[in-house]
Amino acid sequence: MSGFGSRGAGIIVALILLMTLPIWVGNPYYINVASQILLFAVFALALNVLVGYGGLVSLGHAGLFAIAGYAGALMLQAGYGHLAANAAALVVAIVAAAVFGVLALRSTGIGFLMITLALGQIVWGIAYRWASLTNGDNGVNVTTRPAPFGITLSKADTFYYATLIVFIIAVATMAAFVRSPFGASLRGTRDQARRMEALGYNVWLIRFLAFLFSGFWSGVAGLLFIYYNQFISPQVAALQSSAEVLLMVISGGTATLLGPIAGAAIVVIMKNVVSAYVERWNLVLGLIFVLIITFMPEGLVPGSVRLCRMGWQALRARMSPASLRPAEKGPP
Amino acid sequence: MTALAVNALCKSFGGLRVTREINLKVEPGERRLIIGPNGAGKTTLFNLITGELACDSGTVELFGRDITRLATRRRAHLGMARTYQIITLFARDTILRNVTLALLGLSRLRWNPLIDLQTQHHLVTRAREALARVGLDHIAERPLSQTSYGERRRVEIAMALAQSPKILLLDEPFAGLSIDERRDVRQLLQAIPRDVTIVMIEHNMDVALEFAERITLLHFGEVIVEGTRAEVVADPRTREVYLGE
Repeated sequence: MSGFGSRGAGIIVALILLMTLPIWVGNPYYINVASQILLFAVFALALNVLVGYGGLVSLGHAGLFAIAGYAGALMLQAGYGHLAANAAALVVAIVAAAVFGVLALRSTGIGFLMITLALGQIVWGIAYRWASLTNGDNGVNVTTRPAPFGITLSKADTFYYATLIVFIIAVATMAAFVRSPFGASLRGTRDQARRMEALGYNVWLIRFLAFLFSGFWSGVAGLLFIYYNQFISPQVAALQSSAEVLLMVISGGTATLLGPIAGAAIVVIMKNVVSAYVERWNLVLGLIFVLIITFMPEGLVPGSVRLCRMGWQALRARMSPASLRPAEKGPP
Repeated sequence: MTALAVNALCKSFGGLRVTREINLKVEPGERRLIIGPNGAGKTTLFNLITGELACDSGTVELFGRDITRLATRRRAHLGMARTYQIITLFARDTILRNVTLALLGLSRLRWNPLIDLQTQHHLVTRAREALARVGLDHIAERPLSQTSYGERRRVEIAMALAQSPKILLLDEPFAGLSIDERRDVRQLLQAIPRDVTIVMIEHNMDVALEFAERITLLHFGEVIVEGTRAEVVADPRTREVYLGE
């Protein structure tokens, strides 16, 4: 089967599995876990735009995620409808991403990381201390979920399908972005920023627009999060949240579409499922990350592909007639 | 109209004056060679001309237009292309993708986040044409990581030529090449049409002197000799600071 054919078949199988998941999983708890994986996958994909394709490691993306979440939750609390609240939350997320971008893109590398970390901590500080707006540590409740076309999303399976639709749109958008000239430009700025400038590219603007794109999808994930939990608190903006999503991207494989999804699945399953059986699940999660970094430093998805390829090549070499011939002939 | 005019260009790194009042005039279509011992300020001069370094004082003019305060990318759009002394390519991509990126840099398409780059056949065709000019079209799909040093030098030149520059700055294009590769690159440079002005830094005098029409000798950031090939070679200061006699 050709590369395109096998990829197409893989996509179709994945889509069928995802669309039928509530049927074969059955248990609402696990359907909710699947919803969480999808929403965090959207968040990880958003961060991957910067980390994987832009070479810009952010430790403040939970700030953007939380800003959208808080904006949406506060709008809903103020009595606005879901559409208005969501639209406003996304605008706020993009504006916040623009502010983050202008400040953080003054630097790259460790400087960029530290500025984003500081900005994320500022958001956490505001969420925690500006109690008159954010209700401080008590957080903000979201009492209702939207009901698009009259379909209520209060059930686990309907919410899962709504999240799945957003997830598919996010993946399709990312796939188009990666293959586009702009995506190629962004990768170029990651690999040779100086050369790109000499070739006529506006490196800063490319990175800034990528930051906005990443901020938008982080905001979408933040909205999914508040609808899923029906609650948001300062913990969402904490450094741990930023580090967690960064680990999803790095452990799954940066600059790949599947990597952040796999990373999100690992973290969410460990937090929600394994934690029920293993008290020190954080230790297990840490061990998994150590194993991934040791044996697959490029990440789980590209690392697995590499190992499978090596195994396949070794098997073919062993099975090929050429490798048998000297043994058949024996010494001259 | 002068293709490139550098007027009293100065640059210091802290207390170290790297270029001192450099004046340079390159006519359209000219082949100019910049020579000088290590540390003379040749690459710094290129970086000042392309805008990768900001000058302390002086001006740079491209075809009569003052570009001193213009960003590097804007200079590329005005027809200035360069190669680097240390090869600066996109190692994760194929040769073809490297040249396509060069073409994309001057195209409005570079902002498009929706279309598939691989379906932009006109860009790919032009990239292949540029690679054909440097004799690399047969390995266009090869990852850059699987190419030789000489092939990478030629990819650098192909990227610059793909942008159809008015002025081409070549920073040691023969550095690290074998005799055969040097011959190939020399033939390649000689085939560049006269509507492209070329300024080249080169240490390899055998090939460089053959190529150049006028030569500028830099020493400690200053132009100390400038003239035709014969004039510069015959000048005792050249022998003193560069040729070692």
